[in-house]
Amino acid sequence: MLKRALAIISLLLIGYWIAQGLAGVPFGQDRMLVAQYYLDHVKEQTGAVNAVTAIVVNYRGFDTLGEVTVLFIASTGVGALLWRRKKQRTAKTEGSIVLTTGTRLLVPFVMLFGAYIFIHGHLTPGGGFPGGATIATAFLLLYMAFTAYEIPHKAFEKTEGAVGMAYVLVGLIGLAIGGYFLYDWIWQDWGFGVDNIGRLLSGGFIPIIYTIIGLKVGTELSGIIDNMVKEEVSE
Amino acid sequence: MISVYYFGAISLILIGLYAVLVKKNLLKMLIGLSIMETGVNLLLVSIGYVAGRSAPILSEGIGPNQAVDPIPQALVLTAIVIGVATTAMALSVAMILHEKYGTLNVEEIRRLRG
Repeated sequence: MLKRALAIISLLLIGYWIAQGLAGVPFGQDRMLVAQYYLDHVKEQTGAVNAVTAIVVNYRGFDTLGEVTVLFIASTGVGALLWRRKKQRTAKTEGSIVLTTGTRLLVPFVMLFGAYIFIHGHLTPGGGFPGGATIATAFLLLYMAFTAYEIPHKAFEKTEGAVGMAYVLVGLIGLAIGGYFLYDWIWQDWGFGVDNIGRLLSGGFIPIIYTIIGLKVGTELSGIIDNMVKEEVSE
Repeated sequence: MISVYYFGAISLILIGLYAVLVKKNLLKMLIGLSIMETGVNLLLVSIGYVAGRSAPILSEGIGPNQAVDPIPQALVLTAIVIGVATTAMALSVAMILHEKYGTLNVEEIRRLRG
């Protein structure tokens, strides 16, 4: 009881402290400094309509590479922590008829929707990370519905490694052509899709990078799901 | 005076912190961490909001002066992904602890004491 009271008192102190800090930050005011520059120049500099995507992939593309690396390390860490010699799924009951039928009907569309999200990242809200997560939910659905289902491990591991290298490769091609890592040569040098801004075939290399990120996130989250679902079986 | 719109985010952070401080079950502490994370993300996005403006997608009718701040949204996009990854890591550590000790109560897991 005393511990709980102490916790509540310290929470109130912390809450008061955060509120004090935020009291000088008015809600809904225009405080943009560098963001205004991004908003003003995003169309001619990157060809993307969605400014968030342009910041994530173009202006801060190196950050995103680090983020993908963090995700990769986390997925590897989960695999290393849950590593066992004999791993199987021990679930005995199949999903109900509603779940299995629904899965059969919905899985292609869920995957298609994920692909839509990451291909249209430069036009609509979304991008590689939500798209990849959507694709991973399709695999989770398969795991829940069918006890015998396994993701194709070999293909997934190869895809994961290949798209990781593809990201670095795109960056290095930019380094070779334009002089810095992740230089958007498709937009800056070729001017691909200049008359096309706001349609699918524009946005420089954003759709390419987001396809890479989407595939990587999808395979990695599916691998995490696979590692967590399986249990050790004793012989 | 502090704006009422920040209270949701602050209270989410405090609810998560309460769970981390008081609860003894590891899973509940992890849920508390996730709630805290949601609160921080909400706080960042709401700081980037500009009254009367639209999402930073510069399509028809939305020019550079009618969009909210896109940088917090990009940062939160990053933070959400990192949060998912760290939560997955922590959950697998919790699974291993449960296998080793047969419990998730942090007071019974002796090795966790310094």
